[in-house]
Amino acid sequence: MTATAPQIEEQEIHPDVALVELARAGDQAAFEKLVRQYDRQIFRTAQHITQNREDAEDITQDVFLKAYRKLDQFQGNSKFSTWLTRIAVNESLMRLRKRKTSRTVSMDQDVQTEEGSIPRDFADWSPNPEQNFTQSELSEILKKTIAGLAPGFRTVFTLRDIENLSTEETAEALGLSVPAVKSRLLRARLQLRERLSRYLKKNEGLTS
Amino acid sequence: MTCTEFLAKMTDFFDGHVEPTLLSEIKTHLGECHHCEVVVSTTRQTIEIYRDNQVYELPTDVRERTISSIMARCKKDC
Repeated sequence: MTATAPQIEEQEIHPDVALVELARAGDQAAFEKLVRQYDRQIFRTAQHITQNREDAEDITQDVFLKAYRKLDQFQGNSKFSTWLTRIAVNESLMRLRKRKTSRTVSMDQDVQTEEGSIPRDFADWSPNPEQNFTQSELSEILKKTIAGLAPGFRTVFTLRDIENLSTEETAEALGLSVPAVKSRLLRARLQLRERLSRYLKKNEGLTS
Repeated sequence: MTCTEFLAKMTDFFDGHVEPTLLSEIKTHLGECHHCEVVVSTTRQTIEIYRDNQVYELPTDVRERTISSIMARCKKDC
């Protein structure tokens, strides 16, 4: 095999870091690339935490504006996406607090519950249970089910299992320890499984 | 291995972060315990269903409006 391209000495720089540097120097197009790369992820994260579409749209805008203003503070020690996610989580929790003025909302709220620690439903599901529902029915079931989780569980599940962050990145984005993320993830998964089982267990359709 | 011991290791098991000896113990347990085997398969399905069916997506028009607004606010901020 022959290499015809000139050998350029390259450092292992994440493409996002190069875009951040350009954006810092005033390149708006570079920043727009970053926005387009992560806006959907930030929106989904905000919507999962706040469970409110308008809030999630506002938060998406606020996150990128805040990130733009604080670009100098991005050190490159973590991924740009993890840094953005951390801003999104903080903004989302702040929104939740504003909406529920009489209640404190934090990553620790309601996570002391024992619910979901021990599985109770051992009925198997059919191989493709989602085929028993229309897309809109399934979407409603999934929304309703995840909305029932405490914010601390919902957020960990969203980042780790839906947005595919690693356990370490999730811990960093949420300001939690790795063992705390693992523990919450286990319970979030078990709680969701238990709740979804009501709809998806074998030979059963929608329950009334 | 008991069911409780397995549950404590389930997250690492899903992530593929268990040593060979422990993995072998887990596999033996799952081969013998129908309840844990169901918990594993239905938990995997739970994760897959949420991954495959993104329940919150921005419609294209709203997305474009949001990006335009973000960029306009950033320009104003310069």
